[in-house]
Amino acid sequence: MNAPFRRKEDNRLVRGRGRFVDDEGGRALHVRLVRSPYAHARIRSVDVSAAEASEGVICTLTGAEVATLTNRFMQIAPPPADQVIDYCMAPDRVRFQGEPVAAVVATSVALAVDAAEKVRVDYEPLPVVVDAVESLRNETLLHEQVGTNESWGSLFEWGEVDKAFADADTVVTIDRLKFHRFSSTPLETYGGVVTWEASGRIDMLCNLIQPGVAMKFMAPALSVSPEQLRVRTQDIGGGFGIKQNLYPYLMIAALCSRKAGHRPIKWIEDRREHLQGSAHGNERTFLDIKVALKADGEITAVSATHIDDCGAYPRYEPLGGVIWSQVAPASYRLRNLRINFRQAMTNKCPVGPNRGFSRMQNVWFLERVVDICAHEMGIAPDVMRQRNYIPEMPWTTPNGCVYDSGDYAAMLAMAKEMIGWDDWIAKRDAMRAEGRLVGIGIGTALDSGTNNFGQSTIVNPKSGLSGNSEAANVRVGVDGSLTVIVGSVPQGQSHETVAAQIVAKELGVPEDIVRVASGFDSERATHTSHSGTYASQFAVTSVGAIHGAVEKVRAELLTVAAMLLQKQRSELRTGVFGGVAGVGTADGGSHVSFADISNLINTKTAGLPAELEDITLNCRYVYRAPFQLPDPVRKYGNLTLTYAAQVHVGVIEIDPLTHNIHVLDYAAVDDCGRVMNHTIVKGQVIGAAAHGFGAALMENLRYDANGNLLTATFSDYCPITMLNMPNIRYGNRESPSPFTYNGAKGMGEGGGGPIFALSSALQDALAASGARLNQSHYSPSDLHAVMTGAPARGVAQVSATRQRPI
Amino acid sequence: MSSRRAVRERLLGRRINTMAETMKIPVSITLNGSIVRADVEPRMLLVEFIREVAGQTGTHIGCDTSYCGACTVLVNGRPAKSCTLLAVQADGWSVNTVESLESGDTLNVLQQCFADKHALQCGFCTPGFLMAATGLLEQNPDPDDKAIRKGLGGNVCRCTGYLPIIEAVRSAAVVIKERRS
Ligand code: FES
Ligand code: FES
Repeated sequence: MNAPFRRKEDNRLVRGRGRFVDDEGGRALHVRLVRSPYAHARIRSVDVSAAEASEGVICTLTGAEVATLTNRFMQIAPPPADQVIDYCMAPDRVRFQGEPVAAVVATSVALAVDAAEKVRVDYEPLPVVVDAVESLRNETLLHEQVGTNESWGSLFEWGEVDKAFADADTVVTIDRLKFHRFSSTPLETYGGVVTWEASGRIDMLCNLIQPGVAMKFMAPALSVSPEQLRVRTQDIGGGFGIKQNLYPYLMIAALCSRKAGHRPIKWIEDRREHLQGSAHGNERTFLDIKVALKADGEITAVSATHIDDCGAYPRYEPLGGVIWSQVAPASYRLRNLRINFRQAMTNKCPVGPNRGFSRMQNVWFLERVVDICAHEMGIAPDVMRQRNYIPEMPWTTPNGCVYDSGDYAAMLAMAKEMIGWDDWIAKRDAMRAEGRLVGIGIGTALDSGTNNFGQSTIVNPKSGLSGNSEAANVRVGVDGSLTVIVGSVPQGQSHETVAAQIVAKELGVPEDIVRVASGFDSERATHTSHSGTYASQFAVTSVGAIHGAVEKVRAELLTVAAMLLQKQRSELRTGVFGGVAGVGTADGGSHVSFADISNLINTKTAGLPAELEDITLNCRYVYRAPFQLPDPVRKYGNLTLTYAAQVHVGVIEIDPLTHNIHVLDYAAVDDCGRVMNHTIVKGQVIGAAAHGFGAALMENLRYDANGNLLTATFSDYCPITMLNMPNIRYGNRESPSPFTYNGAKGMGEGGGGPIFALSSALQDALAASGARLNQSHYSPSDLHAVMTGAPARGVAQVSATRQRPI
Repeated sequence: MSSRRAVRERLLGRRINTMAETMKIPVSITLNGSIVRADVEPRMLLVEFIREVAGQTGTHIGCDTSYCGACTVLVNGRPAKSCTLLAVQADGWSVNTVESLESGDTLNVLQQCFADKHALQCGFCTPGFLMAATGLLEQNPDPDDKAIRKGLGGNVCRCTGYLPIIEAVRSAAVVIKERRS
């Protein structure tokens, strides 16, 4: 790309002329939710009379009403957790702090807030369980009718685990590792303007990012057909997966609208509501870890119990219970794995598929295993990785996933060179000699993209989901311009720019004649049930669909032009002729413009020849990823199409007084196959890295034992700012994917690289103390506890047993 | 109690008595050069005045504890978070929002540099950053990295990872300097 960088989106956004959901709904009524202050309580009564008598109030809605007006949400889990009762508002019992119990509709936000404070709810507090491991003891049940707090659990075993342990030279055990709870907290909160129209249609203008799946949850709960829901989006202020869980709130707004006489209802969540009640990332505890190693450091087997915490209601879970296995061995050639995966419900906010969803947790786990084993074996962490990285591509993992391309060793070498590895090792040692706490760490991240929904059958054979698809439509206008519509739901990922770039390049025309009408609209724009922007799939599914639609339009243009110009189709191509986009011969001697062709089809239609009857110049294409259903018994199959990768190397220093962690140097190398736009890819890498730094250094959704969220405002949660964001040396390698038409792979989730690299560097900084760190996040006080040897959870108990003399 | 009411109460320095608060007070604010007059409740925040009364929706709301800076505007030429001010406080003041930056159809230097350096993705934070950066460059026309980080440290961007924003502000400073000389 030599042309200056230009994004189609930016022209409106830098002027403050974006159209976000909070900018709409001028005539709407406003709803304020009453939310539970308790993490677990029975609702004895809800009294809305004072609220209803309050100025400006139109109506109220309680959880008890919701239970009569709607059905409980479907559950993805098989029995017994399919019995979880989840309504969009709690009818008789709350299970997390912030769960809505009543709604107040008024003519302004302020009046709705005033009235909501007059709603009297009588709660009877119940015992609270916030720890997933404890929850699985089932002493306090969240959902009695389920009989257990386990939403799903299963043993994943591939290869010959027992044999690998018997043959191992060394066995390392680690008692516990803990991946903490955080969220990418998009700057724009949840919101919607919803009208349940008298005709029965329910119009939802919102910032939902995976509409197809949300519609599957909402329609049966509302007893309507999915086609009765019109879900549409405009500009969205970031999503990162978290906005998948918006649908319960859209349902509340819909019910309020119907009750208010079909008037439009606007609901915009505030930040505290977002932090308490929207969605959090998955928190995971890894127990009883056993690693089989060869004397040279080759890891031959890993066994462990993974306990995932999905919060009070599973919602999109337990899909995370299988999605981690897209990257079961992470970036390693490890062939024998035994993972007892269990997911627990706790009295905390439900989780949603936060950027890096479920794979990041598993890759962090194996990165920690690799580092701890390297320390135990006395092998340098870079050497340890080189010995264990997948050696060739494509690579079939023990569970049948096919890694498409990439060279992790080469990426590590590149990152080391970028950062000046050898110099840093020398510097680190010199600084240590002065008593400074400096560490160097590596993180190898995977970003698997385009997920095979068939993997849901591993969780529940009756899931009814499979494959993956996306739709696009390309239309030739009467002025010769091209309009592209695609089912993706961008939230900052530059889809307008990239879509235009692809169409322009494929047809050989300038980008400025390509208009991309972005924004989802289930009624008026093209889409499939899988449409949306999640799981790193735009570069494959949307681009595949756009490519297909362009090919169809091209074929039609050539057909019409061949007739008009009296040429063979094979003699013609699209491009710019005489300064105008059109179709012509290679020498340009004979040509006709897109505009003339479009007018023949759309405007001057009298006497159109019969051969052109089927031409529309408005072509839809559905891309379907080439997937089969996996084998749910062996838990085997190709679960995702592409594997982008990143290698991060970071140098940190711990301030001995404040215990703050400072990043001294940092490099990130990305490989997402063929790059369609370097600036945009780099933007995604740096942006994802910021989430990783934030998570490792600052952001932690901390609950107390009573289930109170202690970080329920931005001032407590402290999302990373410019003051803490380190500089990054950025590098790129291109290993084209053999499985996509242009070699590109999905990317953008980043896979948590900085969390891995900083965990690794912290471990290195404290290596001399012998402490083996076991958390993905350390606050200064956590680190202080570790460094002063206070009994702390932040340290793993590790043992290495040599089974064979070397 | 809603945290937004807590902010209001902190600003007012007293508990809000709902009945009394429904009394409206006339204010007149010069917004982007035009006078906007309205009778508002004393509890109305300046950001709500800008968005709801004046209908200028470029200024955004991202939090309720004055952390994120999405609502940053210029108040009498100095950057301020418009969610930490009451509309009644701003009576008689001059307020400028992102909508004031362009002239005609042309983007100003900062807007252009943000676009050129890919300093925005979803664009939700951008108006706040642009106004904070406008204030910064007015105070310090030649800021180094550290000064930029400090000057914009009160603004959150969840998409870009900040580094392109730093680059955009630096390059805007260079362009502005070149134009002046
Ligand atoms: S909305 Fe004003 S600082 Fe966040
Ligand atoms: S561009 Fe999305 S928050 Fe900054």
